[in-house]
Amino acid sequence: MKFMLFHLMPYAYLDLNYTDKYESAWVTLPNTYFDPEKGHELYERYLGELELGDQMGFDAIGVNEHHQNAYGLMPIPSVIAGALSRKIKGKLAVLGRALPLLNNPLVVAEEFSMLDQLTGGRLIAGFVRGIGGEYHSWGANPTESHERFLEAHDLILRAWTEPGPFHFEGKHYDFEYVNLWPRPYQKPHPPVWIPSSGSIETVMWAAQHKYTYLQTYSPVAAVKKNLEQYKIEAQKAGYTATPEQMGWMAPIYVAETDERALAEAKPHIEAFANKFLKKPFEMRLPPGYVSMKSLKGVMQAKVSQTVDRTAEEILASGSFICGSVETVRNTLLERQRDMGYGHQLCLMQFGTLPADLTRKNMELFTTRVMPFLRERIGAEAAAIA
Amino acid sequence: MRGFGVVETVERKTLKLDGCTVSYLRGGSGTPLLFLHGANNVPGWLPFLARLAERHDVIVPDHPGFGASEIPSWLDNIHDLAYFYLDFIEELGLKEIHLIGGSLGGWLACEIAIRQTAPLRTLTLVGAAGIRLAGVRKRDIFLMSPEALTRALFFDQKLADEMLAQPVTEATTEAQLKNRYSVARVAWQPRLFDPHLAKWLHRIDVPTLLVWGDSDRLVPPAYAAEFARLIPDTRTAIIAQCGHLPQVEKPDEFLAAVTRFIEQKGA
Repeated sequence: MKFMLFHLMPYAYLDLNYTDKYESAWVTLPNTYFDPEKGHELYERYLGELELGDQMGFDAIGVNEHHQNAYGLMPIPSVIAGALSRKIKGKLAVLGRALPLLNNPLVVAEEFSMLDQLTGGRLIAGFVRGIGGEYHSWGANPTESHERFLEAHDLILRAWTEPGPFHFEGKHYDFEYVNLWPRPYQKPHPPVWIPSSGSIETVMWAAQHKYTYLQTYSPVAAVKKNLEQYKIEAQKAGYTATPEQMGWMAPIYVAETDERALAEAKPHIEAFANKFLKKPFEMRLPPGYVSMKSLKGVMQAKVSQTVDRTAEEILASGSFICGSVETVRNTLLERQRDMGYGHQLCLMQFGTLPADLTRKNMELFTTRVMPFLRERIGAEAAAIA
Repeated sequence: MRGFGVVETVERKTLKLDGCTVSYLRGGSGTPLLFLHGANNVPGWLPFLARLAERHDVIVPDHPGFGASEIPSWLDNIHDLAYFYLDFIEELGLKEIHLIGGSLGGWLACEIAIRQTAPLRTLTLVGAAGIRLAGVRKRDIFLMSPEALTRALFFDQKLADEMLAQPVTEATTEAQLKNRYSVARVAWQPRLFDPHLAKWLHRIDVPTLLVWGDSDRLVPPAYAAEFARLIPDTRTAIIAQCGHLPQVEKPDEFLAAVTRFIEQKGA
């Protein structure tokens, strides 16, 4: 079991009453809500948290990409990864770059090659499609999302592995001279991870390519369903999926007791779910972003993110893990045994969670939870072997 | 006479062309009149169509990718639809056509006409998209909820209420999703216009009528003036207390303007 400290870098100073006037913290929330000086302070704080996480023993540090919103302040995640690259000793993961938004995805091949060089081969390369709102913010056509993702992926993989220059001939991208300088450090290329909320097409594709599939923030039932699907798709592709090919990203909060954990985390869990993630249907699912069949399912289920949920309801769905050392240990152990994934991504700061609680959370997790799980799961794996 | 009530049943026909099965309504007799719908396919023989059919052979297709037509693999942009319709006109042997396009269909009618006006007698644009007028934003139909969008279509909110009260069936939901997908396919970026269209509107050499609601909130009436500036031979009918769909909200005024225009210019 490997542990990654993952960060979203939210604008934690967001005025949570913004919902009186605006529908979402994405796309159309005026950027006058962002105070540049507080922004600087947050970047300093968050980079410090990630560096500290590396020192505290996380196997990897992960950052991600989101555009034009208060939920995550890393529109160009490689800037943050670059800032971390010479400080941290563990792996560095960019999870991931949103390929279909780009008119020239070669920029991702270049960025990731540079980061792989800077870290001497410690980069994990994530590819995503971006989320619905970003197709509004970046003017990318969501009906082309899947085909552009696949084509951009092919372009990047070929740029990393084929001697250049060569001519790339695609439907969306046609480049006369693909000739990457620098080439990536790792051979044949950095490991590719595919974070997803679990569209069947993506799960299948990741399994076929033997890429590590990473379930993003989701109720535990969805995590299980998608990881099971991944295993099935791997069997269909003629191999058995290993734990190293599967991961799950969950926000985690550990405190001295269950009661204290809930009391401390509750407002921040609710801000995360009800304020930072809030998006109307049209923003979340632009046309073509998911298949017509999935969309019909969503509409029939009348799933809505417009209804606020309490921290207790969110915890009950299993998407958030919150409690005492004992509770968090047992929950993660049970999940890992049940689903057999090998990477736990830990979001230890979420929404408005302040610096002191984030630090306490990280300390308790890395000293009391992580070593216990490493030992237990390691012993169980050895016993099976 | 206004609104959505289907007054007469006209047989739905299909045609397989360019590898795509398209569905269309055809009724009436006289000179051919091709009506190109906007972001949503025309669900049935609406009152304004029945009245046009008193004088014309009225043809109302669901565009490839919309309504009851298939989504063709070649549908990447508005130009693909324009070339398809040039084939469609040829296939049906239509000549001396009165071409009417509303909203997205008005944009499409322009894309057809800058390529080929030989089969056309007249062109009518109703609340047409397709160009960008600096500083005058169209509403972003992709970020509006279905209710907000329906409300923005009309000046008279009673019509919006009536439309929102229409029963939702699996078939209507499916058509809506398909329409939404295909509108995005051709009009997501840049939103609802083709940066290369305005350059060639001067090629339209048939008499052109511009019909606009004075309270069109989706494509403001300033766009009528811009089309009038760019297309050589135009006249404009601005309809009072009317939104984006004059043919539905003010059918009498709409039909009077179209009939007068066709009698004067296209008979």
